[in-house]
Amino acid sequence: MNTAAADAPLLRVGTLTKTFGGFTALDNISVDIRKGERFGLIGPNGSGKTTLINCISGALKPQAGSVVFCGEDITQLPPHLRARRGIARSFQIPRPFRSMTVLENLMVGLDFAAAGSAAAEEEIAMSILTRMGLASKAGAASDTLSQVELRKMELARAMAVRPKLLISDEAMAGLSSSEVDEVLDLLISLGEEDITIIMIEHIMQAVMRFSERVMCLDAGKIIALGAPAEVMANKRVQEAYLGT
Amino acid sequence: MNKRNHSIAFWAAVVVFLVAVLSMTQIVRNEYPFFAGYVILQFIALAVAWSILGGYAGYVNFGTNAFFGVGVYTAVALFKATGAPLAVQIAAAAVVGMTLGFGVGLLTLRMRGIFFSIATIALAIIIETFVMNWRFVGGAAGIQIQRPPVMAPFDSYVKMLFFVQAILVVIAIAIARYIQNSRIGRGLQALRDDELAAECTGVPTLKLKLIACMISGALISAAGAPAAMYLQYADPSSAFNLSYSVSALAMALIGGTAHWIGPVLGAILLGSTQQLLAVTISSEVNVLVLGIMLVLFVVGAPKGIIGLLRPRYRLRAGGKQ
Repeated sequence: MNTAAADAPLLRVGTLTKTFGGFTALDNISVDIRKGERFGLIGPNGSGKTTLINCISGALKPQAGSVVFCGEDITQLPPHLRARRGIARSFQIPRPFRSMTVLENLMVGLDFAAAGSAAAEEEIAMSILTRMGLASKAGAASDTLSQVELRKMELARAMAVRPKLLISDEAMAGLSSSEVDEVLDLLISLGEEDITIIMIEHIMQAVMRFSERVMCLDAGKIIALGAPAEVMANKRVQEAYLGT
Repeated sequence: MNKRNHSIAFWAAVVVFLVAVLSMTQIVRNEYPFFAGYVILQFIALAVAWSILGGYAGYVNFGTNAFFGVGVYTAVALFKATGAPLAVQIAAAAVVGMTLGFGVGLLTLRMRGIFFSIATIALAIIIETFVMNWRFVGGAAGIQIQRPPVMAPFDSYVKMLFFVQAILVVIAIAIARYIQNSRIGRGLQALRDDELAAECTGVPTLKLKLIACMISGALISAAGAPAAMYLQYADPSSAFNLSYSVSALAMALIGGTAHWIGPVLGAILLGSTQQLLAVTISSEVNVLVLGIMLVLFVVGAPKGIIGLLRPRYRLRAGGKQ
């Protein structure tokens, strides 16, 4: 019984299908994500990566299939209840709470998803910010941040939810290469403390360095899933990216 | 500790305010200041109540007149049917306003931005039409109200209403202040900034919007309840007048919606200007002044008076107050 629970995946996506009108964005996707795994999700633009994580985080409801998290079917749950169960995400285009300071952005997650006393919450928020290298910006208005700071704040805010599963949606888009390394190191260090991470990314070096397994989507279907080097060598993946 | 001092200062100010209002009713003979003051207080209550949904949550409600009219007619119907005392009328109006807020919220709060606002305008029209055809409360012709005898410390009904409205203002402000400083306030602010991000950060957005809509609705209806007694008359087209919506909105926006003091300042500024103009020039100029001020503030000070008084973010950054 115990071993079965230990072997059970943290997240099980089962035969998930999502259509928008006549367009099939996700076609029968099934994948298990293990506890503590660093999982890379790649695919050309419009292949369904963001749709998939929208279905996992609850922003979209699939037409068919299921999402099971920690053994519980969460397919019908609204996003805030999924956040409370430990699913946190960042957004492809940063969506900070603009009228708040950086610290307050984190307090939202601590207030609602991981409630504790106010004093303890501020301490936790500060420790997350320190971790992310944003401590000096705690009191800054979130709409004065630079791109890389915004990306880090999004991750910090997701961390404030105290997640078991962190989904990073192109957290490195638009960053310089030294900034990419910085954010990547952060993500890897988070993965070391038992947080399972799904990373969507276009920057291949980052995906290769980060992921234990990589899944490649194309036109809503899984075309490859396995070790990073394997997936990169896959002919269909190369075709999907470069064209035939 | 800081927060506690703020609380003490706040409640001390409340006591001073109510004592001042009460002694004013005992000392001042002339009824006119109370007649005018009542309207200003009413607008403070409306602007503060509006701002709970419109300001904190960013859902622009154009249906203030619907809630206001419902408050007026709840009081009228109850008074005519049972002769219930003023306090009961107000309480009943608050309950009906809250129920209406719940219903409206369920139906409309899934809509965003302008769609929500349009739906709330429709609401006012529907309810007004209903009341126009309700014979018991006088229909479209309206209804005359015979005020009951005034109660003990007061020597005129208007003075009593002035005091009652002052209490409603205090209740509205206390609730708005509580929300602002609680996690509800933080959640509303988050969903105003970005609803999807808030939802994904654990904020139960629909529930918080419903709570805001119910509280705002209850307070607006409560503020409207004494209006029939004040005018000794009620008719649908004045009780459901769109100007209540426009005024509440304009006052809140001009004052600034990031802090409860904003709508209070906005209502005092606009309300007293309007009262002054009504006696010196004409009551028609009111609307013009409202419009001009709104334009000036939207262009010159989009964060309202409080945005001008304090630099941005200082309001919340240095610890909540």
